[in-house]
Amino acid sequence: MIKVALIGAGKMGISHLAILGAHSDVKVVGVTDTSKLVTDVLSKYGSFNCYSDYKKMLEAEKPEAVFVAAPTKYHTEIVSELLKRNIHVFVEKPFSLNTHEGKTLVQLAKEKKLINQVGYHNKFLGTFEEAKQLISEGFLGKIQHFTGEAYGPVVVKPKQDTWRSKPTEGGGCLMDYASHVIDLINYLIAPVENVHGSILKSFYSDTVEDAVYALLETSSKISGVLSVNWSDETYRKMSTSLTIIGTNGKIIVDATELKVFFKDNQCPTNYTKGWNIRHINELTQPVDFYLRGEEYSLQVDYFIKAVQGKVPNIINTFESALLTDMAIEQIKNFKNN
Amino acid sequence: MERILFGDNQFFGVNHISDEKSRAQAIKFKEDAAILKVLDQSRDCGINTFMCTTHDRIANICNAIRSNPEKYKGYKIYPCMPYAHKYANAVTELGIMGAMKQYVPGNFFGSLLKGGVAFVSKDYISMMELMIDAEMKMFKGIDTPVIFLQNVITDLLIGLGMKDILKAFNDYIIKKYNAEPGFITMNLPKLVDMLESVGIENPIICTSINKDGFRMSGGKALYEQTLQTKKVRVIAMQVLAGGAISPKEAVDYVNSLPNIASILFGASSKNNIKEMVTLINTHELQPQFNSL
Repeated sequence: MIKVALIGAGKMGISHLAILGAHSDVKVVGVTDTSKLVTDVLSKYGSFNCYSDYKKMLEAEKPEAVFVAAPTKYHTEIVSELLKRNIHVFVEKPFSLNTHEGKTLVQLAKEKKLINQVGYHNKFLGTFEEAKQLISEGFLGKIQHFTGEAYGPVVVKPKQDTWRSKPTEGGGCLMDYASHVIDLINYLIAPVENVHGSILKSFYSDTVEDAVYALLETSSKISGVLSVNWSDETYRKMSTSLTIIGTNGKIIVDATELKVFFKDNQCPTNYTKGWNIRHINELTQPVDFYLRGEEYSLQVDYFIKAVQGKVPNIINTFESALLTDMAIEQIKNFKNN
Repeated sequence: MERILFGDNQFFGVNHISDEKSRAQAIKFKEDAAILKVLDQSRDCGINTFMCTTHDRIANICNAIRSNPEKYKGYKIYPCMPYAHKYANAVTELGIMGAMKQYVPGNFFGSLLKGGVAFVSKDYISMMELMIDAEMKMFKGIDTPVIFLQNVITDLLIGLGMKDILKAFNDYIIKKYNAEPGFITMNLPKLVDMLESVGIENPIICTSINKDGFRMSGGKALYEQTLQTKKVRVIAMQVLAGGAISPKEAVDYVNSLPNIASILFGASSKNNIKEMVTLINTHELQPQFNSL
């Protein structure tokens, strides 16, 4: 059994906690949150050992691995403390608010040889995984252009503040929504290296952007458009998609569906010339415990297996998440210029 | 419970395998009249139970049902609460406290926080009861013999080990609504064990049951074993595994299993409804069903 603790029991933290709670190789040894209401419920009904100070928890419970789902502005401080104590870390996305600090954390995790993972869960979705395979095996030919999109109904009218509405704390559509799309572009195509223009718009929020539009270029010199809006109530929940066109075909992929067009018969054996449609039900891996989507359980399971030494620590590493933070920084700076 | 229950996902653009289909459905069912038309078609095919989430638009459907008592005589609704995306989006935007303040009715939550009064266990349960009452308001005057807890909440409580809250939901539904509590889950084996541990016998559980093992967490074999060894009343959902299995194969598989009380499905056209109903009705019930 791996001894695991959680720091930050908000929406993502509680979701991780439930998945960890149901995991047969995990013993949850402690939970830290600043809300008395939350820790009260977790200790009364869930019999978790709860703390308001994470350092006290680390001293008392000696976890081998910790999930960090505190607001982004605390990531650097907490993650660096964990690494110094030789604890494996899973941290929520985005990784860090400041790429300089992010680099330090990447370095520290490397030196300490600790397992490090960031919560970009889309990579554990069967549809995106299949798209990754098709692209990396060259079936699309030379990639010409991509469009990365995400839409959802988070802020659809003027509302009160939380940390998500404070740019200094990691709030806003760029950090929350666009980060997922950029991370997928980095993974499926190549890391975004240059930003040739960006527009950050506020529709309802006073202090942060509700939409992000940008012109991107990857390290492999492929151009693309980013279009993200979290104030779009025509979507029932967040929907993330990528359209990628190459010399041999085109892919349109989201969490539920993979649509692939091949120009000729030079395609994988289970595909044919023209349009092919595959759905998540045939592409997903089964899980032992399901909450909100297989990908959430799969990413947790992958991290636990990495700690156990059963899989390599190569998906969603701090290093890959830092590349996403760097693109975010460029989009932000371009706007400020 | 009746053998066939009609679901509502298609009406609200919920499609687990295609965002594109989901949009097409949202367009098709923009008007409440379009929903009522399909419900009437399902009634024509003999389905007298509508299992639906506590989506805002269901309130309009309830109004229509209430205002036509003759037409909808004997028609039942199985509410499933809460409509989780409403809360999930609120939590993303407002945080947990903000979302609670918005959705717990009255000043209950606000006054407790303001007064700095320490919460006792009873308060959390009363808070849950207030939220159940708020969700149930729209069904006033409608026959709701079974009331369900949605899978996101059931599964969250399973993972967090909060069996007493499952029990509190169970008891409140019986006490206040004189109805049977039901649980929707993607984790049947774990839920059955947990309900057993708090003394809930022969529970009504709605869960994915299909030949492909899609969304049958822990594996198809474990689900089959649970159905064969435990006393449960299961409502099979996602029997077509999102369209991967033909209706005939799907129904054949479900009918080969014991302890399946009902099959839940949704469809947007009369022909599809008819096809499923005919298929389900041509099969003999397994003996285990007789007592239900």
